[in-house]
This record gives sequence, structure tokens and C-alpha cells, in this order.
Amino acid sequence: MKRLVADTLVIAERNLVRLPRAPELLLAFTVQPIMFVLLFRYVFGGAIQTPGYTYPDYLIPGIVVQNIAFGGFVTAIGLNEDLHQGLIDRFRSLPMARPAVLAGRTSADIVTNTLSALILVVTGLLIGFVFHSTGGEIVLGFLLLLVFGYAFSWFFAWIGMIVSSPEAANSVGFIAVFPLTFVSSAFVPVQSMPSVLQGFAEANPFTIVVDALRSLWVGGPAGNYVWEAFVWSAVIIAVFAPLAVMRYRRATS
Amino acid sequence: MATPGAQVQSSPLEGEIAISVRGIEKSYGDVHALAGVDLDVQAGTVLGLLGPNGAGKTTLVRILATLLRPDGGTATVAGLDAVKQAAELRRQIGLAGQYAAIDENLTGLENLTMVGRLYGEPRAEARRRGTELLERFELSEAADRPAKTYSGGMRRRLDLAAALVAEPPILFLDEPTTGLDPRSRLQLWETIEGLVDEGTTVLLTTQYLDEADRLAHRIAVIDHGRLLAEGTPDELKDRVGGERVEVTLTDAAQGPAAAAALAALAADEPTVEGVSVTTAVRQRSGAIVAAVEALVAAGVGVDDITLRRPTLDDVFLGLTGHAAEGGESEEEQ
Repeated sequence: MKRLVADTLVIAERNLVRLPRAPELLLAFTVQPIMFVLLFRYVFGGAIQTPGYTYPDYLIPGIVVQNIAFGGFVTAIGLNEDLHQGLIDRFRSLPMARPAVLAGRTSADIVTNTLSALILVVTGLLIGFVFHSTGGEIVLGFLLLLVFGYAFSWFFAWIGMIVSSPEAANSVGFIAVFPLTFVSSAFVPVQSMPSVLQGFAEANPFTIVVDALRSLWVGGPAGNYVWEAFVWSAVIIAVFAPLAVMRYRRATS
Repeated sequence: MATPGAQVQSSPLEGEIAISVRGIEKSYGDVHALAGVDLDVQAGTVLGLLGPNGAGKTTLVRILATLLRPDGGTATVAGLDAVKQAAELRRQIGLAGQYAAIDENLTGLENLTMVGRLYGEPRAEARRRGTELLERFELSEAADRPAKTYSGGMRRRLDLAAALVAEPPILFLDEPTTGLDPRSRLQLWETIEGLVDEGTTVLLTTQYLDEADRLAHRIAVIDHGRLLAEGTPDELKDRVGGERVEVTLTDAAQGPAAAAALAALAADEPTVEGVSVTTAVRQRSGAIVAAVEALVAAGVGVDDITLRRPTLDDVFLGLTGHAAEGGESEEEQ
């Protein structure tokens, strides 16, 4: 266990040290989310009815959750590159803890996810988003975000280990996650969708996490959303972490 | 190739077994990558594993380096079972592959420090060892530059340095010089020879026969997952027959005529390739004179004629039925 923590930290450090040297990745965490906020706020915002909320108050929790789910993309693409460059072979020939290469990746995502969530919330505050809750709820909201983002990093770690190229990691991840985030309460109220989609959207973990965050940050009925959101995150980790580690153990480049 | 194997013959050939392979099998679906291979490598020696693309070389290295589980048979490395004691074995081995397995966005020193820490070394100790290795591999000046700025030869040296971080007694080199320019190859060869002088056991796969000839104490030729021959370079060369006469013709069209003329003194079927006709001869003394007489009598124009010892190319051709250096890398990747 001690080895696992130590090795995970070494790999996490490796992934963070490289970031400033790959500026195109930094763009993905910083400029891209800001662009999305501005597009939704000013292009679609006027046409979307959100009873009980101003659109910025409705939008920001949704877009922050979408963004954090995509944070794991770096893990999928990065792991796949490691696989092709023979780095995974090198790591597997070392006497290090088996899950550490993947755990180091997903842990590094927590740092970049924190960074991009903060950038998004600040952008939100500038365009009219207002917190309507206590400090404790705001913090709990951030915690939920990071846990959910971490869970999705494990999904992306698995994607990174099973696809044939970094490009494929990109498109598979996008195709899998993009519809999930849109057919949810992230950008528009679920009630405005056709009834077939409504059923899906209500069961969608994204809706649960977005509604949980909305209730924690801007008030509104919390229901069971908050603990359900944490449970969903735990389930995603419990499913995809073992799958990804299993693939790593028998990885061949 | 001038003095085949000359400089390795003085090294020890007796001693304990560092790598022992018995009946190793591995299949991918219907393809038998390895169909029962037996091999021994003595401690402190170099075994060159030769074979065409897809012969199973890389598969064998991956099994020995604990990256792949065999379907059958046993592999013992440094006295440890490569499957059951894989975790302990990883402390005893270093692996450098066809592709330089380094993180391009990290500097040379950061790469080596990372590997050292993954062996459980404290950061300071890992940095010290990394600095020492960079010095040894003449990479000190580039220590703090991201590895993506390195040349191909520098990357390979960094990759090999990473394999040596824990001073492993056993080293696996999978086509270590594929794609390198001649100067970098020579440099890497000298480094490998230095390691062997210090007592490291090396298993090397290569498609370059001159590389095997220069570095390997013993050579194993595999194809279609089977061991075809094993021995010292000289033993293998003797096995394909004695001296060879190589004739260069003035006119390629006379190839068949030359082959027919040489048949009388040939120990095997003469091979014709363009203006070059080669055949093993039954008797060394007088071979050149006999060949020239036969060729002149047949009216064949001769540009040049030489008598030479067989090379590993002849061994390879004789054993596998096709020439080496077919392609860039193994298809089983």
C-alpha cells in the first residue's frame, strides 16, 4: 500500500510536470471552457427558459459538471500515447505497484480539474452567476465535482487502455460522453425535452450530479441528489478502475 | 565483419546459467508465436537472438521481461520463475526496446530520476544515479532539456540508461540499434560491450547479422517460433559448410552459365544474384584456380573472384531460406 501511494505520486508528478511543456493541452483546460460558457450564455441563453433561475445560475453548475467529466480526456489520450511509445512496457517491467501508472494519471487529473473548475466559476461570476448558499455547501459542491471528475478519469483510463490510437481515444470518449452531458439537465430543463428523452435524462447520472450541484450552489430542492451523486461516482470508480487495471496488467503495445 | 567474432571469443563462456528457457509456447489465436523453445544463457555472456520479422523474438523477450505470460513451458531468469516470481524478477532485469521508451516531455534527468524512484529510491538518490548515468552516456549537456529535443541516437542512449538505473545483472535489448545511424550504432555497441565486461548478462534481438557477430558469444536463430540452430558464431558458420567462392561476372546474363561451370567444384547449389555467383566449395586449396579454369572454359567473363569464410548471412539464408534484414520491426507489435 505504501508503495502504491509512493509510485502513484511519482507518476502524478510526472504528468503534472509535463503539462506546461505541452501548451495545447493547457488550452483545453482553460480557454475551451471559457468559450463554452460565453457561447451558452450569450448565444443560446436568451432562448432557453429556466423557471426559477436566471440562466447564468442555471448554466454554471451544468457546464462545470460537463467540463469536469471531460477533464479525464487527458488521461485517455496520454495513456494511449504511453502505450504506443513503449512507456507502459517500461513501467510494467519495473518493480512498481501495478495500479500506480493509472492511479497517477487519474490523480493528476484532480489537479487540472480543480484548475479548470476554478477558471469556469470565476468566468461564471463575471457573467452574472451568483452563489445563493452557505460556504459549507459551496465547498461540498466543489468536493462533489472533484469526486465525480475523478470517477470519470477512471472511465477515460479504461478507454485509453482499450482503443488503438490516441485519435480513437479522442473520438470514442467524445461519442460516449458528449450525448450523456447534453441529454441531461446541464443546459436545459429536462421538462423541455421530448418524453422519450426525458426518461433517459432523468436517469442520467449527469442530471443527478448537475441537480445536486445546483442545489448546493444556487439553492432549490436538493432531494436525494447529493448523496446519489456521490454514490454514482463511487459506482463508476468501482466498475472502471478494476477494468482499466486489468487491461494494464496484460497491456501489449 | 572483417574479423568475425574475434573480440568476443576471449570472454568467459563457462559459468552459471542466467537465463533458462524450457519448452516455452505462446499462441495468438491460430498463430504459434513460440512453439516450444529451449535456450540457456550463461551469466556474463551475450546471446544474440536472430530471426526474420515475426519469428517470435520479441515475444520471447516480452515473456522473459515479465510483460507476457507464456501458454506453456518455463522461463527462469536470475534463478526466478518469470511467471510465479515476476515481482521479484523485475528487480533483476533491465529492458530497452525497439522504441525508445522515454517520456518526451520530461528532461533526460527527470526521466532517469522517475525510473529510479519507481524502483523505490529516495528522490535525492535517484537524481544522483541519474546524473551519473547521463555522464556515462555522454548526455550530461542535454540533462535538462526535454527528451523531445534529442536525436535518435541520444534517445536510445537515454532509453538504455533508464534500463540500467537499478544496475540489473540481466539486460534485455530488443533491436537496440534499429534505425540508428552507423556512428550511433557503434557507440551503442561499445556501451553494451562495456556492460558485458562488467559482468552483465545480455539477451539481444537483432536483424543485423554484423551486430550479432560483433556482440554475441552465442547465437540462437529462430523462425516460426522454433529454434533452428544455436551455437557460437563460428560453429554456426562451420555448419553451413566451408569456404565460399564468390564470383563477380562482367555480364549478368551469364549467371546460369557460370553456375553450371562451377557445379563441378561446388558443395551446394550455386546461388546467382545479378552479377554475383556464390557457392560453397568442397576443397579450399586450389579452389580459385579450379573455378577460374572452369569459368574460362565455359566462356564466362570474370570481373572479380574471392574465397571467403561463410558469414552469418549465409547461415541465416541456409537456415531460414530467406535473407535477413527484411524490414524495420516485427509484425507482432
